[in-house]
Amino acid sequence: MHPVVEVADVYKSFRTVQAVCGVSFSIEKGRSTALLGPNGAGKTTLVEMIEGIQAPDKGEIRILGKNWKSHADELHRAIGLSLQETRFIDKLTVYETLRLFASFYDLDKSRVEESLDLVELSGKRNAYTVNLSGGQRQRLALGLSLINRPQVLLLDEPTTGLDPNARREIWSILLELRARSQTSLVLTTHYMEEAEKLCDYIMIMDQGRVIKEGRLDDLLAGEDEKKVIEFTLAGDRAHDSNGWADVLKDAPFHIQWNPQTLRGSLVVSDMESEIPQFFSFLQNQQLRLRDMECRRKTLDDLFTSMTGRRLIE
Amino acid sequence: MNKWFQPIQMAHLVLAHFKEVRRQPAVIFWGIIFPILISLGLGLAFTRQAEVERQVAVIADETKAETHEARSRIEVLLQAHGSPASETQAGMPQYKVTIEDEALGRTRFVFIDTDWRHAIKLLKQGSISLILKETDQGLKYHFDPLNPEAQLAYLKLSKLLSGQDTPPSSISSGVEPLTVEGARYIDFLIPGLISMGVMMSCMWGISYGMIEKRSKKMLRRMVATPMRKSHFLMALMVVRIVMNFIEAGILFLFAALVFDISIQGSLFALFVIFVAGNIAFGGIAILTCSHTANTEVGNGLINAVVLPMSVLSGIFFSYHNFPDWSLPVIEKLPLTVLADGIRRIFIQGAGVAETAVPAMILLAVGICFFSAGLRVFKWH
Repeated sequence: MHPVVEVADVYKSFRTVQAVCGVSFSIEKGRSTALLGPNGAGKTTLVEMIEGIQAPDKGEIRILGKNWKSHADELHRAIGLSLQETRFIDKLTVYETLRLFASFYDLDKSRVEESLDLVELSGKRNAYTVNLSGGQRQRLALGLSLINRPQVLLLDEPTTGLDPNARREIWSILLELRARSQTSLVLTTHYMEEAEKLCDYIMIMDQGRVIKEGRLDDLLAGEDEKKVIEFTLAGDRAHDSNGWADVLKDAPFHIQWNPQTLRGSLVVSDMESEIPQFFSFLQNQQLRLRDMECRRKTLDDLFTSMTGRRLIE
Repeated sequence: MNKWFQPIQMAHLVLAHFKEVRRQPAVIFWGIIFPILISLGLGLAFTRQAEVERQVAVIADETKAETHEARSRIEVLLQAHGSPASETQAGMPQYKVTIEDEALGRTRFVFIDTDWRHAIKLLKQGSISLILKETDQGLKYHFDPLNPEAQLAYLKLSKLLSGQDTPPSSISSGVEPLTVEGARYIDFLIPGLISMGVMMSCMWGISYGMIEKRSKKMLRRMVATPMRKSHFLMALMVVRIVMNFIEAGILFLFAALVFDISIQGSLFALFVIFVAGNIAFGGIAILTCSHTANTEVGNGLINAVVLPMSVLSGIFFSYHNFPDWSLPVIEKLPLTVLADGIRRIFIQGAGVAETAVPAMILLAVGICFFSAGLRVFKWH
């Protein structure tokens, strides 16, 4: 049995920018995969090549064992997708938009009704698409991508720009879908929570390459015991950031200090012994905490440790 | 599944485009009401014979100002038919003479008694186009022979003042005004407006709509489905042709009711050339919008197509006034071919035989531009 998606040594460049360089992976049926990375990592270009919207300069992409060149119509019927940002025909209603797309797949009204329920837009069926909120628009995009019951669902940043509530609504629709169907999901995101919540396999991308991939547990394996302490200091602003940076440099453990946000962080392996040490260091230096949090290591920390940058900058 | 034509898909695309068009109130205004307003405005301005007023500067021969003989003709005329004007301009005495004429309408001459310097000033301002000067040898007329208005004033006045004892009301007794159907300005204008409507509607409706869909990534989303691209474009053209039929029909109905316009030639020929014109401009529209996703660039491109043709193709006034060397080019512009073809049917009673060639040309233009457009069309 073929993997659902196979990407083999794919390259794509635009003028002077190398968007994707030598990416290879394959996705098994029913698996949910996240392409996680900051803006400009090449996620959208990669996913658009899988969608058949762009052609790779080099390398090969197969979906269900078929390539775009000779099986375009078949593949269009097998996949569902939502683009990073789509606006619809302004003066068509939600129902009419879904009905139009249903006609492209030879589907009838009953599937339109199902899709409306699926993305919880029944109450908005007669609203013009131009009058929808950001979250509703994204749900409509999701409804369009699911209308043909796709075997592979490709979502490009499905929740970017949405408020937390709207984001959770999209997540719950996708989790429901995952529980009920065998649809394979590929989604791009720069939110690590999204990747963690929706996907069982994560590929971290940066500058056109996959820099790390694996199951969430594997990616953070060995890092479980480590915790991150983040803190800000209280005190006179006149005690400038450089002053703090100098003091913190002499700490008995490595503290990452961000002079812009005036926020520091350190990684501890043994909370019981290291946190008291941290406090006594602060006391000795006569530094006072404004706030402090202790949390487990995340994908963002992993990304930062590999690239020196954060996922969302 | 792989049938070339998919009726359900096509029907839904047509329906979607229709709803999109119908739900824009601006479409009703620009497509239907605006052409009617233009035809009403221009039709009334150039068809009804309103009273025309022409100002003429009169310069007396000062050397003979005192003698009765010299000023005779103007004086006689003014005394016989004129009346002192109610107002005077810059202290100059004025007289009015109105020529009543059933055939040519009323023309009122206002004579301004002035000197040469002031007369030239008035001429430069455009207030007058004719200067009448008394000399030893009689009356002299000064005017720009290239100015048709001045020529007309000269012809009317010279006849009036030629010494014949002709009463002003009968100066045009030999003139037969052409008010037969098809010879009025409005008969010339309506086919032009219908043709221009086809061009504007195709260019803005298809081109602009497409560029907007591309810029919003709607095209990209649609072609990522099994939708047939040809169906998408055909649906757009079908909706345009139907809309253009409705718009042209309403404009014609209005012109028929208000200006008593009729179609003297073959209705079938009109149908054929109208559809051919739609296909021509549909094709041009597809090529125009084939590449850009920027609505401002699109705006410029569309204007670059429609503006020259609107000006050159003889929509409002005959293009025969353009220099001779330009005529062979102008006559080949699609809008000229369409407007001339429709005019021939409306005014000259042409049938299919006479309009077959222009219809074929338009069809060929449409097919060429459509295929070129498709070849370079950017869906993403």
